[in-house]
Amino acid sequence: MSDVALRMEHVYKKFRKGEIFDSLRDLIPALTGRMFRQRELGDGDQREFWALQDISFEVKRGEAFGIIGHNGAGKSTALKILNRIMKPTKGSMIVNGRLSALIEVGAGFHPDLTGRENIFLYGTILGMNKPEIQSKLDQIVAFSGLEEFIDTPVKRYSSGMHARLGFSVAAHVDPEVLIVDEVLSVGDFVFQQNCMERMRSVIQGGATVLFVSHNLKAVTELCQRTMLLEHGKVVTTGPTDAVIRRYMSDILKPDSKLENKKAYISNVTVRDSAGEQATFESGQTAWVDVEVTAREAVDKLAVVIWLNDETQYEIFNTSTERLGYGSFSLKPGQTYKCTFELTLNAAHGSFGLCVCIHRYDIQQDFDRRVPAAMLFVGSSMGVRGAVNCFPKVLRAGVVETAKEVVRT
Amino acid sequence: MKEELKELYKFRELLYMITYRDIKVRYKQSIMGLAWAVLMPVMIVMAGIVVRYAYAVASHMPLQMGDTASVAVKSLPWTFMVSSIRFGCVSLIGNNKDLVTKIYFPREIFPLAAVLSSLFDFVIATGALVVFLAIVRVGYSVYLLWIPLLLVAMIVLASGISMIVAAASLFFRDVKYIVEVLLTFGIFFTPVFYDVKMLGDKGKWLSLNPVAPILDAFSACIVHKQQPDLPWLAYSLVFGIVSLIGGFAFFKNLEPAFAESI
Repeated sequence: MSDVALRMEHVYKKFRKGEIFDSLRDLIPALTGRMFRQRELGDGDQREFWALQDISFEVKRGEAFGIIGHNGAGKSTALKILNRIMKPTKGSMIVNGRLSALIEVGAGFHPDLTGRENIFLYGTILGMNKPEIQSKLDQIVAFSGLEEFIDTPVKRYSSGMHARLGFSVAAHVDPEVLIVDEVLSVGDFVFQQNCMERMRSVIQGGATVLFVSHNLKAVTELCQRTMLLEHGKVVTTGPTDAVIRRYMSDILKPDSKLENKKAYISNVTVRDSAGEQATFESGQTAWVDVEVTAREAVDKLAVVIWLNDETQYEIFNTSTERLGYGSFSLKPGQTYKCTFELTLNAAHGSFGLCVCIHRYDIQQDFDRRVPAAMLFVGSSMGVRGAVNCFPKVLRAGVVETAKEVVRT
Repeated sequence: MKEELKELYKFRELLYMITYRDIKVRYKQSIMGLAWAVLMPVMIVMAGIVVRYAYAVASHMPLQMGDTASVAVKSLPWTFMVSSIRFGCVSLIGNNKDLVTKIYFPREIFPLAAVLSSLFDFVIATGALVVFLAIVRVGYSVYLLWIPLLLVAMIVLASGISMIVAAASLFFRDVKYIVEVLLTFGIFFTPVFYDVKMLGDKGKWLSLNPVAPILDAFSACIVHKQQPDLPWLAYSLVFGIVSLIGGFAFFKNLEPAFAESI
């Protein structure tokens, strides 16, 4: 067997826009109309829309591969094609090995059946056989944490319970190729943690994983390589960090409604000691230059900056006012400059640097750029997670063997 | 075709599971539960007896017990055909819609499961029928050996038609209504309450109905203790096999477009 688990070659997928005739009443007039009328120019082209264009990629056995992109970029269509739910209009693809897809957990549940019955049903749908499910039943139930309700019809479950049960079953399939589409978007924090943990162990178990998510942090953690899709086309494929950087830099757009603003952020630059820079080593110092220009006279302004992580969670926030620099006032045409010095104690990841001009006493924003720039923090120190605590190992080694553990 | 059959075989466990689900769901939260499987044919038999009685009064001939038994014997396969086709028709667009668009497996499992779960009802009702036939002392004969073949003919025909209407109704919802109408009034064009012979010469048009020979043969070998009309039965068998193979090919041909057209 080759070492390629998944491959797509020049795959195209076309959809029809608008109403498709799904009743004869609509079809017959449309067909006769078409016979008697000259076909309108461009009629066919307008109704068509390419969801995927010339998609090629390859995933090696045992690799975790991510697909990212905006809504409507074609991610789910690509997965549906790999999953054989849809057929490509053009192109070919290969899947080597038993494939399992977590496209929407719990899609196979029947509301009238109990949790236990649904485990068997959904398990079979996902490709397990009965003895296999039987042997894993206790594990599945324990993983879902629904022991008490396992003989209750699923229609009485909350949506969280529904998702938990669905994922528990899906997580216990041992696939060779696992396709995961946005399962992390459901469920609470603990559930999401469980999902991540389970996926890590699937990857460690040697399975190939294709992971589609808007959660860039999860993609960074799980996948070595990632593909960025935009409007059905491949923008770039490569190491996850680089692809995410590219994706995030696409988000930086200048604000279009500048004219109405009394004061606006005219420039934001991130630099290190050598010059303009976006990539930093954990613990390094970054300088952020912010320029504010006024169109009309404005009073009591402050510059607020903050950092968002990949999930748009704010990890840091400060302002000139809170740092003791007071507020500033500008006359029309004047420009204010300030420089922040930041020590990047982040462990790893890409962060959006956001800037806003704020007036504290009337709680008004004059201009916001979310994000104004991107920062990429990497670490060669072997730290992961959100912050860098600059760890060191001081002592390590076996100290003593406990007597009761000794066996001959 | 061979590949596809192999794949279907690989997914056989899912077929049993979906069938089990369909059966289970049908009788969940109902007080009478499985009794419903018997009630439907019982209603048909009662209707048949009323119709038969009307014949008897109109023709000044006494209503015979054999006629009642014949209606009872024929109503079961008819109920099976109706329920297979009815459930098969909505098997892709009803409750299973989610599965069609989300997870891959051979889709013919849905119409086939509809046939199998109808078969389950058929078996339950047969239990009741056997009791009834014993009470009216129909007795047995060597012709009962035809029954396995008749069952096969019945299942083959139901499977073929179910796959065709399932795929067709996915693209055109009209099919669902057309099928519903045909099934409702089909009982008048199928010799359930009457025998084709009763219609004389004009009855031969009705004998084109592929369900008719199967029903007639059931009645012949169980109630009348005679050989079924073999050429007629062969017609139905061929019709069934053609519709099964054609239906499967038709279904498989359209299957790739299911997820985006549903």
